[in-house]
Amino acid sequence: MSDVSLPARSAGASAVVKATFEAIFPVVVVVAVIVGLWYAACVPMNIKASLTQAEREGAVIVPPEAKVRRDMSPIGLALANPEHTGTTFSQERPLLPAPHQVARELWNTTGDMVLQGKGFSKRSLLYHAWITLSATLLGFAIGTVAGILLAVGIVHSRVMNMSVMPWAIASQTIPILAIAPMIIVVLNSIGITGLLPKALISAYLSFFPVVVGMVKGLRSPDAMQLDLLRTYYASKSETFWKLRLPSSMPYFFTSMKIAMAASLVGAIVGELPTGAVRGLGARLLAGSYYGQTVQIWAALFAAAILAAALVGIIGILQRRTLKKLGMAH
Amino acid sequence: MALAKELEQIETVAQEPVIVAEKLDLTFQTNDGAVQALRDVNLTINKGDFVSFIGPSGCGKTTFLRVVAALEQPTGGVISVNGMSPEQARQARAYGYVFQAAGLYPWRTIAKNIKLPLEIMGFSKADQDEHVERVLKLVDLEGFANKYPWQLSGGMQQRASIARALAFDAEILLMDEPFGALDEIVRDHLNEQLLELWNRTGKTIGFVTHSIPEAVYLSTKIVVMSPRPGRITDVIESPLPQERPLDIRDTPEFLTVAHRVREGLRAGHAYDD
Repeated sequence: MSDVSLPARSAGASAVVKATFEAIFPVVVVVAVIVGLWYAACVPMNIKASLTQAEREGAVIVPPEAKVRRDMSPIGLALANPEHTGTTFSQERPLLPAPHQVARELWNTTGDMVLQGKGFSKRSLLYHAWITLSATLLGFAIGTVAGILLAVGIVHSRVMNMSVMPWAIASQTIPILAIAPMIIVVLNSIGITGLLPKALISAYLSFFPVVVGMVKGLRSPDAMQLDLLRTYYASKSETFWKLRLPSSMPYFFTSMKIAMAASLVGAIVGELPTGAVRGLGARLLAGSYYGQTVQIWAALFAAAILAAALVGIIGILQRRTLKKLGMAH
Repeated sequence: MALAKELEQIETVAQEPVIVAEKLDLTFQTNDGAVQALRDVNLTINKGDFVSFIGPSGCGKTTFLRVVAALEQPTGGVISVNGMSPEQARQARAYGYVFQAAGLYPWRTIAKNIKLPLEIMGFSKADQDEHVERVLKLVDLEGFANKYPWQLSGGMQQRASIARALAFDAEILLMDEPFGALDEIVRDHLNEQLLELWNRTGKTIGFVTHSIPEAVYLSTKIVVMSPRPGRITDVIESPLPQERPLDIRDTPEFLTVAHRVREGLRAGHAYDD
């Protein structure tokens, strides 16, 4: 009843606040739970290294015999030595770095370097992210165009429908980790290096969702819609441009989102066999060579943020386009 | 003498056959075996006729309309549309077809939807605008040219789809249960409007329906069909006058015709199973 007696304006404003709160609250809760679990997991993951270090520095560990400790569970060790759990969050090379360590590493290799005017130095994560991004975008563009062309062919030609689709499916059953080095090596031997080989691996992964989505989208007009155009004696190309292509747009954007994520994975995998020179994939590999777990996790997060941003941009384009096409209100 | 000859000519013009079907057969091959959708259908539709096809599901009324539109090929018999084969008539854009659903493109405005056939048929931009304006007036949708389909009610969408079928000046209008998905009040209104449109334009209309009152109210000729196999059981020339207010449906003449349609449907064993 008290709500009704409120002036309309403030009721509207409080409704906006309430809606915003209801939209953000679940996200905050989920993030908080994940971060909490992560911190909790750091203790048993890193406790053995913490105890070894403390013992070296002369601290007394319970139980004192290293041989007995070896057979104890990590949780048991942590419970027996609560005063040493604090250092599990601040090791230099932890098995599992704590969230704030990863965040600090991310900041040190991005924002901080920009502030120092070295934003694009080889030690900057921005530089490596850009290397990966350029391969991702080129591969995505190649894959998307190839996917659309194949889908158009499959929809319009019975022969292509029968012949291309099984090959497209077969291509995706080959593990990308197995075929990526082949592509790099073969292209290298004919003098193609740098961006293009990585982009081709990206394209190899990203054309498939576009083919599947666009075939479905281009076939989405129902029999009645196609009959209507037949009564106008419309040609195949008129049917394509005026009906099939606009009808396929919702499918197109959905498959582009999947293709973009696949393309990023392709670019990262493509960076592994090149000797870990440049790119997020290189950072992952170099990190694992030298046991730099914090660096690995920072590179992982950079890749995840990049993927989220790219898919988010497609999502915005999708909403705008579909609204313009009258397919979403 | 000359006058008599001229009168005779007028008479023949008035009875000019537009659609002629002779011994038409159509058998579909399905997984459950052959289904005879049409058997021995003989029918002549004259210029300016409003012909309704009525009968239960599976009686072939829609199939017949689709054969006229060259959307299905008959397996036997002969059919001509404007003296041509249906395929040639389709190429000559002899008819407009209205489906049960309006099927407007959501990404086009009403005006752009009506322009769809005009674009395909290569009308000039100026002609397109002029035709759109004219047919929108015919279906009483002036002022909605720049609205999108989702902004219109179901009845208005169906009127827009009729406008789309009329846009390229085809002399024949084929309508496959165009009002089947609408409620009865909207349907009454659209029936009235359709009659008015037919009176004004003199089109030849083929109209498929499930509804006895709709068929009797609209038609000059009612074709009663029955299923398994699809065939014509009765052709009724309506004695009702050209001018038909909605309350003509309460007159004895109307009820007599409706009764005969019902008898025809019963004779076709439509309700046996």
